[in-house]
Amino acid sequence: MREINVGEVTKAVRQLAMDANYYLPEDVKGRLVESQKKEKWILASDTLGRIINNADLAAQEQLPMCQDTGMAVVFVELGQDVHLVGGTLEDAINEGVRQGYADGFLRKSVVEDPLNRINTKDNTPAVINLSLVPGDRLKIQVAPKGFGSENMSQMKMLKPSDGLAGVKEFILKVCREAGPNACPPIVVGVGLGGTFDKAAALAKKALMRPLDQPNAKPFYQDLEAELLDEINRLGIGPQGYGGQTTAIAVAIEYYPTHIAGLPVAVNINCHATRHKEIIL
Amino acid sequence: MEQHVHQKEDQVKRILAPLTREAIASLRAGDIVLLSGVIYTGRDAAHKRLVEALDRGETLPFELKDQVIYYVGPTPEKPGQIFGSAGPTTSYRMDAYAPRLLDLGLKGMIGKGYRSDEVTESIKKNGAVYFGAIGGLGAIIGKSVREAVIIAYEDLGAEAIRRLVVEDLPLTVLTDSQGNDLYKIGQAQYLEWRESHDAE
Repeated sequence: MREINVGEVTKAVRQLAMDANYYLPEDVKGRLVESQKKEKWILASDTLGRIINNADLAAQEQLPMCQDTGMAVVFVELGQDVHLVGGTLEDAINEGVRQGYADGFLRKSVVEDPLNRINTKDNTPAVINLSLVPGDRLKIQVAPKGFGSENMSQMKMLKPSDGLAGVKEFILKVCREAGPNACPPIVVGVGLGGTFDKAAALAKKALMRPLDQPNAKPFYQDLEAELLDEINRLGIGPQGYGGQTTAIAVAIEYYPTHIAGLPVAVNINCHATRHKEIIL
Repeated sequence: MEQHVHQKEDQVKRILAPLTREAIASLRAGDIVLLSGVIYTGRDAAHKRLVEALDRGETLPFELKDQVIYYVGPTPEKPGQIFGSAGPTTSYRMDAYAPRLLDLGLKGMIGKGYRSDEVTESIKKNGAVYFGAIGGLGAIIGKSVREAVIIAYEDLGAEAIRRLVVEDLPLTVLTDSQGNDLYKIGQAQYLEWRESHDAE
């Protein structure tokens, strides 16, 4: 049994929250640069250029690339041979968010109650996704999620007879409706199968995958490529001003489901697709 | 279609806020604009309070006539910085309030995303303009702010109303005073252009 003090978790989450907001991941930056080279529509290529310059400026001066520094979504993979000491994991993560958002001059966007809407003033609580895995390591991913794109996400319980065509139609409909509101170019996370809640969790998890790492299964790999092409044929373009770069990636995660069901969830991320991770 | 959004970056228009009737009349959907002058910030909670104040018959914390409201909730500024990161928030959440403010003299809104038909109609009726800032362009836009003072609703934090002095704030005209909508024109023109190129 390996012991990890939860103080290390707090320290890690604090740093990851800041770094995620200042530094756009290389895979996302790479896709934006690649897309700009291919854009022939001037307003689109100009817009992509400004987005890339903004990411560079943010990294250079350690500024949040976007003012919406998000609700802190935290994915934790806890090795079952790890014994956490010194407090609870949940408290440690929230303390890390509290410190990171204060010390990093990040915006506090969380309200304590969806209807009464009083700001918690420290961006807590985080949304924590915990999974137990073999081994003695602890992996933490922090993904600040802005709500321009989160608000444009949708889920639907399709019928089995809707099949692949129904799934594709729904995904394209969500992207079309999101349009400029979701800050395109977007990253599209799709969750298929499981239950109502599982599909949504899978869609969020799909957004964590590096953009240059397609689904391992060839069928889903092809579907990701096909959907990316179809979304980019919608013509929405960067910021909705027209152009071919509406999305820079589609990531699908799936799970077994019930004979009667075909849940599909589409979680959209903006061009500021942020996540940073550490393994303790 | 009169204007074409397939525009080069050197065709930038410089305008001042508060806005004049002439400046607004000269703007067309798709124009790239650098805005300088005084503007006010206000997003969801601030709009709710402004409209509640109007319902109670109170005067607003600032005169709306000819002014521009920027839908933004900035990050806190770092030490030595005038303003934090300040990209636009999605505008449709302000649609319920916008026509009322436009009727009272508001002339410009800065945000991102689609507006309702009611807002577009109100823009036409009142000779106003809807500007787009690039979503997520927080670091760059923050740099164009020269002065920032909270003038109302300080308890709202990031959502408090601030009076800003900006210089060369980079914007694109989304809906002009004639009701032309860049989202419709730009996407349609792009698709048309792509079709003609695919055929070659």
